Amino acid sequence: MSFAETFLNLAIIQAAWPILMAGLWMTVKLTLVAVPLGLLGGLGIALLHGAPSRWVRWPVIAYVDFFRAFPPLVLLVLLYAGLPFAGIELSAFVCVAIGFLLNTSSYYGEIFRAGIEHIPAGQKEAAYSLGLSKPKTMLLVILPQAVRNVLPDLIGNTLEVVKLTSIASVVALPELLYQARQAQSVTYNPSPIVAAAAIYFVLLWPLVRLLSRLEHKAIAGR
Amino acid sequence: MSFTETFLNARILAIALPRVAEGFVVTVALAVLVVLAGLTAGLGLAVVRAFRLRALNLLIVFAVDLFRALPPLVIIVLLFFGLPGLGLSLSGFAATWLSLTLVLMAFAEEIFWAGILAVPAGQWDAARAMGLRFLPTLFLVVLPQAVRMTIPPLTNRTIAIIKGTALGSVVGMYEILASAQSVVSDHYNPSPLLLGAAAYLILFIPVVTFGRWVETRFAWKR
Repeated sequence: MSFAETFLNLAIIQAAWPILMAGLWMTVKLTLVAVPLGLLGGLGIALLHGAPSRWVRWPVIAYVDFFRAFPPLVLLVLLYAGLPFAGIELSAFVCVAIGFLLNTSSYYGEIFRAGIEHIPAGQKEAAYSLGLSKPKTMLLVILPQAVRNVLPDLIGNTLEVVKLTSIASVVALPELLYQARQAQSVTYNPSPIVAAAAIYFVLLWPLVRLLSRLEHKAIAGR
Repeated sequence: MSFTETFLNARILAIALPRVAEGFVVTVALAVLVVLAGLTAGLGLAVVRAFRLRALNLLIVFAVDLFRALPPLVIIVLLFFGLPGLGLSLSGFAATWLSLTLVLMAFAEEIFWAGILAVPAGQWDAARAMGLRFLPTLFLVVLPQAVRMTIPPLTNRTIAIIKGTALGSVVGMYEILASAQSVVSDHYNPSPLLLGAAAYLILFIPVVTFGRWVETRFAWKR
């Protein structure tokens, strides 16, 4: 068989196209669940990290370090294969959502924390002296500036989260990679995987380009 | 069965321990090889890019974008199931190593290049005025300053990528996760998974703590 027939077999890609699209839709759904959950969780973590009591701060740091040290795939397998033994049966989608919440919220949390900590104390003092309450100061003064400063990191992490959804294939959640693997194992031809890779690349390349620009700007501006 | 018998079964743990320990060695070996090859290749590409040869640079940028946009698991699956179509069979270890090395290479190149660009032009001018040629300027003046700036982002990225060693379990590489899973399915007991999880924490908590230290030591100010 020629190179094209092996890796870019159009007949096979065409046959696999419907299930690849179904997989892509599942990847999109996963992303739409995982990113907002992670952002909200991360924001909560960053706010708790600013708490005056060390009894709040230290557990938060422990949480963040724990889940940053834990490979997401291991977390996912633990939830998916371990919990049924405790009598808890969760669907693959729920397992993935929980695993992603635990993992990505610690990464987003670190980013938000860095952003908040870099805002000069004078901003807070000025807001207080204008009579703004603590929550209003955080919401209207600190966070908007913090988010703008760490925007490249937030986008970068979001890109990583989208890419990470591919590990859901390991717990048989039919997202893009899973469907491509199915098609490959039925046809004994790697073209569907090549097609899936091309889909990931086409969708994520603009984000990578944007990120590269933002990163260079951030470094050049230092 | 009680909770301890299910999740911390001493008999099963005794069976799992030697196998997970073997997996631990494989994981560490893989991680070290990925870091060495990936950082070297990334630095090499950044140096080549500094020559500013247009055609070559376009190629480098494309390769970097490609490996930043594709999920690592997709690359691993593609190499493992795709290359045999070229008559080239990679072991699970080789496929995982090559994939993670390419991903780290891409991220490292981007970070090193941003560092090189961030060194003020005056440094180049001064070195050239002192009579240094292009290469000595690059290696003796620019790179030492550039690399120092890149240490915090590079450390964090490297840690994130070596956690991907667990992905090797998908292509039959017996690292920690796969070794633990094999004992789980042999004995229908999830205890080895917890042992595997503990092994990852023993390996990565020091690494994450080190990353945190590096971040404060070489503070990456914006």
